[in-house]
Amino acid sequence: MKKIMLALMIMGMAAGAVAQEKQVVPSNIGGVESLRGSAELDVTRSADKHKRVIKDREPLQRNYVHQPPIIPHQIRGYKINLNANKCLSCHGWKYARETGATKVSPTHFETRDGMTLSDISPRRYFCLQCHVPQVDGKPLVDNDFEAVDSLSQN
Amino acid sequence: MKLLKKIWRTMSTPSKAGVGIVLALGFIGGVVFWGGFNTALSVTNTEEFCTGCHEMADNVYEEYRETIHYSNRSGVRATCPDCHVPKDWTHKIIRKIAASKEVWGMLTGVIDTREKFVDHRKSMAMREWKRMKDNDSRECRNCHNFEYMDFSEQGSRSVKMHSSALASGEKTCIDCHKGIAHELPDMKGVEGWH
Repeated sequence: MKKIMLALMIMGMAAGAVAQEKQVVPSNIGGVESLRGSAELDVTRSADKHKRVIKDREPLQRNYVHQPPIIPHQIRGYKINLNANKCLSCHGWKYARETGATKVSPTHFETRDGMTLSDISPRRYFCLQCHVPQVDGKPLVDNDFEAVDSLSQN
Repeated sequence: MKLLKKIWRTMSTPSKAGVGIVLALGFIGGVVFWGGFNTALSVTNTEEFCTGCHEMADNVYEEYRETIHYSNRSGVRATCPDCHVPKDWTHKIIRKIAASKEVWGMLTGVIDTREKFVDHRKSMAMREWKRMKDNDSRECRNCHNFEYMDFSEQGSRSVKMHSSALASGEKTCIDCHKGIAHELPDMKGVEGWH
């Protein structure tokens, strides 16, 4: 009889411990937090403040070979679709000299088979697939990346 | 007989009161007519009137709502007539008469579906661009006055173009600023586009 009582008590304590443990971890994300802050799985985290695109500045240097140059100006309202491509109104070869914009690289005239076309290849038509404007955002983690020596323009 | 003579005299010699009544009636009539005309003119010069037809409300107006002339940081905005109807009287009347064709277009349903509208977009856009090019972008300049542009506040790309091509009069606003308030048609063959 005493043994049964003891066993019951142990089971009760164990159950209590499990219950307590559940109370200790109310989170459903297992305590994992992202760099952008923590949010429960069933809660929508409030959005970060909208970051402003840097208005207009000199071309930014590249960090590695073959990096698509990033866009150093605002592009609000610049449409790229079947009808029109606003980027090419300045960066196309026809207008680059007049506008002083950087010319599209001739690599953009090549098809995937290496054939050179007389105009922008359809696979390179959507500029924003590779080239993106910049916001004045702070890095989420410390980063001491440095461009290779041949690309640094200091 | 005496009575007839009296009436004759009254009728044949214009009394001061009679002249006054005629003038007053003319004046009141003029006020009513001119007031009514101007009221009608200003009623047809509102965004509510323009977007009263679904052709405008569902196509151009809907596109316009995403652009900077509708939604921006300072809350100052342009309405349809600010760009599409001249402000001064003579040009306004000419434009209003020309725009009566749009009523005909509405009645005959030239652009009464999205597909028809898209098919017609280029010819309509070209017509509006030509109008703006011919009048040196007069409606843009109602608000955007070159004289008061502060180049130190503009981006370097804007300064470059505004201080050369625009300043010399070689180009006008609409030459570069196409598709700023509505979506663009197929730009093949349009100058300045790829």
